[in-house]
Amino acid sequence: MTDTILPLSIDGVGYTAAGRRLIDGISATLEAGPRTIVLGPNGAGKSLLLRLCHGLIRPTTGHITWAGTGAPARPGHQAMVFQRPVLLRRSTFANVTYALGLKGVRRHARKALALAALERAGLAERATQPARLLSGGEQQRLTLARAWALEPEVLFLDEPTASLDPAATRRVETLITQFHGAGTKIVMTTHDLGQARRLADEVLFLHHGRLVEHAPAGDFFARPQSREAAAFIEGDLLW
Amino acid sequence: MTDFGDAFTTAFGLIASLDPDLMEIVLLSLRVSLTAVGLAVLVGLPLGAAVALFRFPGRLVVAALLNAFMGLPPVVIGLMVYLLLSRNGPLGVLGLLFTPTAMIIAQWLLITPIVAALAQQTVSDLHAEYDEQLRSLGAGPGRAVWTLLWDGRFSLLTAVLAGFGRASAEVGAVMIVGGNINHVTRVMTTTIALETSKGNLALALGLGMILITLALTITLSAMAVRDLASRRHA
Repeated sequence: MTDTILPLSIDGVGYTAAGRRLIDGISATLEAGPRTIVLGPNGAGKSLLLRLCHGLIRPTTGHITWAGTGAPARPGHQAMVFQRPVLLRRSTFANVTYALGLKGVRRHARKALALAALERAGLAERATQPARLLSGGEQQRLTLARAWALEPEVLFLDEPTASLDPAATRRVETLITQFHGAGTKIVMTTHDLGQARRLADEVLFLHHGRLVEHAPAGDFFARPQSREAAAFIEGDLLW
Repeated sequence: MTDFGDAFTTAFGLIASLDPDLMEIVLLSLRVSLTAVGLAVLVGLPLGAAVALFRFPGRLVVAALLNAFMGLPPVVIGLMVYLLLSRNGPLGVLGLLFTPTAMIIAQWLLITPIVAALAQQTVSDLHAEYDEQLRSLGAGPGRAVWTLLWDGRFSLLTAVLAGFGRASAEVGAVMIVGGNINHVTRVMTTTIALETSKGNLALALGLGMILITLALTITLSAMAVRDLASRRHA
């Protein structure tokens, strides 16, 4: 891709709300390729970091820039999947075509793209059903299908399986792997160590709003450099 | 009691024979109220959505006015429109007083706040849920408003029905600004008031039955809409 928006530069980013420093001086560069897992306990600032990167909120301090241009993210190049699926009160199919319309895809081209995306997510036979009557797992797969149809260069996922059962989680993880296989940069938060081990190529470990560790997944899990990360991984072994 | 029974019989007769006078009154009522509802939707929906979503100068004033108007008795709104349209009033030159147009204006003022307030509630609830997702998908403010209104269509339809219900049942405002002139501005509610006071119960009862049917239809429609919405969109 010639007009790539990666790498993503996070430069001294802080975020303060109601006088509380929720994100504190995070700097990192996210390159195209490796699946980045943002790991940490609840309240570490993982979701906030994702929202900052995606451009939903503005950092209080520091800068987030794409491909070193200094320009804010161009819409259509990145997509986000939220912990709780947000679906329009329309059919499964219309939820996907709506997003395509916003991206500027012409009306006659939307149908084929939407059906292909639903097919991939295993939702083709649900196309005409109201989206909000789908099961929890299906709803999350629909948000992934919606993202798939948009062909983003970067896909942010905020705890996408936090409220799903193991079977639904597996299907979502399979889809995430397919995104990765298709060349989409994955940036995903989780507090689930097992999931991080399954999906991570590199890990950003957050604790109390600070970036404690940024390492390749193998190194992170085998030789955590910080006390916090070691304790977090240890906790998983004990449980 | 026989008077009462006779009145019922005559009332049914008027309805069954599609009595021209009765039909004229019913049709004018529908014309006035439906037009008022249509205009209230055109103004109320965008206004409610704007108050829900945007921070603009005067937003609080608009919100306060909407709520104040919602609670005003129809006769007071009628009086205000009367003063505006009367020969010496600011809009007197238009010569609208005692015309159906004046009645449409009064009812429009009566129900626009209802539609707007319900739209505001619906839109801000949906906005809380949709906001980040819509921005993530790249929806601008204009597109977002349209999406919220469309996705709130079932609640909004209920609001519109409520508005129509209030408009068609209202008597004070249209009496004042319409003047209840025979064959010109006489609608169901004003006729009922007049004919009852004249002791002509048959026509009043006939119109009353039509109004009750109308009210029942509206209520049942609203229930059907809510039921459909909850079955289709949880």
